Amino acid sequence: MHGIVVIGVSAGGLRALEMICSALEPDLRIPILIVQHTSPNSGSYMAEHLDELAKLSVVMAEDKMKVDPGVIYIAPGGYHMFLESDEHICLSIDERVCYARPSIDVLFESVADILPESMLGIVLTGANSDGTNGARAIKAVGGRIVAQDPATADSAVMPLSVIEAGLADEVLALPEIAQLINQYAKQFREGL
Amino acid sequence: MSLESTESVELDLLLESILRVYGYDFRHYARSSLKRRIKSFLEKKCVRNYSELQAILLHDRESFSQFLLEMSITVTDMFRDPLFYQSFRQLVVPVLKTYPYLKIWHAGCATGEEVYSLAILLHEEGMLERSTIYGTDFNATALSKAKSAIYGIDRLSNFASNYLQFGGEANFSDYFITKYQSAKVQNFLTKNVTFASHNLVTDNVFGEMNVIFCRNVLIYFNAELQNRVLDLFCDSLCQLGYLCLGAGETINYSTQSRNFETVSKEYKIYRKTSMGSS
Repeated sequence: MHGIVVIGVSAGGLRALEMICSALEPDLRIPILIVQHTSPNSGSYMAEHLDELAKLSVVMAEDKMKVDPGVIYIAPGGYHMFLESDEHICLSIDERVCYARPSIDVLFESVADILPESMLGIVLTGANSDGTNGARAIKAVGGRIVAQDPATADSAVMPLSVIEAGLADEVLALPEIAQLINQYAKQFREGL
Repeated sequence: MSLESTESVELDLLLESILRVYGYDFRHYARSSLKRRIKSFLEKKCVRNYSELQAILLHDRESFSQFLLEMSITVTDMFRDPLFYQSFRQLVVPVLKTYPYLKIWHAGCATGEEVYSLAILLHEEGMLERSTIYGTDFNATALSKAKSAIYGIDRLSNFASNYLQFGGEANFSDYFITKYQSAKVQNFLTKNVTFASHNLVTDNVFGEMNVIFCRNVLIYFNAELQNRVLDLFCDSLCQLGYLCLGAGETINYSTQSRNFETVSKEYKIYRKTSMGSS
């Protein structure tokens, strides 16, 4: 796998994801995996809603789904989401992490574990510290971490936790984060 | 030759040695979630790496039992995913009612909560008397808990709230006898339930079932093992039998997808077509 973007978001997440997904360019040649803290019975509403707003296709992830470039995958409620080294999604209903399932740490750590050539981890608005350990794992293998500017977040705790742990390479507002993803993806366009 | 990471070699050796010494085969489990489970076990045992764990597990059977429990227990609830049960009642029960006798298999039933949920549902539909429900798991500790039909009283309120969301109309606590801190499922619900040891990874076809429940078990397997287990399910189902998976699971990416039709896309209920080999 060349490049990949992972995003973690909690309280206030729908608005943040609407803003980012609608600003992404249609020809991104990387997959984007998103964990939004949701309840088990939330269904596929959010993926469908974001799919309508975005130029890329947005799907709710299912176990063993192949991860393709140019597609945004949202973790289903009640399941942890992992990326397997053969570029498939894997789900589990193991214990909650930071009170959450899906947990951002679980996704980020699994992506760091399979060592893609390059990865961009983004932690957005949220009211707990899920994502900080995951950000540490991504940094440890040379990935890049962006935290939403806490001043612009509905709930500052989650991005602040990443920043205070000294893990954020950049601290940005939502429109700039979307621009950064577009730019990050451009480097993978050649040769594909 | 291409070199592998120490960790990945250690993990292969650990799984290989568990198979050869204890007969449990985790080699075809999904690597990402398996690693996370084993790592959390490493932390509990204050062990640094897979090799150290291997030495402990091979020389200490008690530690291996703990390990096995850790690898196989999934926490579940009665009427977990209440809307699934609702959809099962609406879409599948009317067909099952036309059958004189029912055989239902809960594969990977863990501690039995979902088995008894089904017993309650069948009782309410007047079908329990002519049904046999088989609950199987490879974990003996989980099975004995399932057989006991006893749950902590602190879990009842959660069970009851799921039951309400499912659309249950009875007084849920009537299904239990409570004593001190425990709630035991009433005998009329347990008498048509049979528990047995069965390992999906290594064991074989299980009867001519009308329905197979296997919810949130396949997610722990890799694609190859999933295909094998789905073959086993297809062979264990009678013609037009139903297969119910977990909400995050699907048959679509497997080689068996051609032998099943979708009854509920959202709640992952499938039906074996007449084309499916039996």
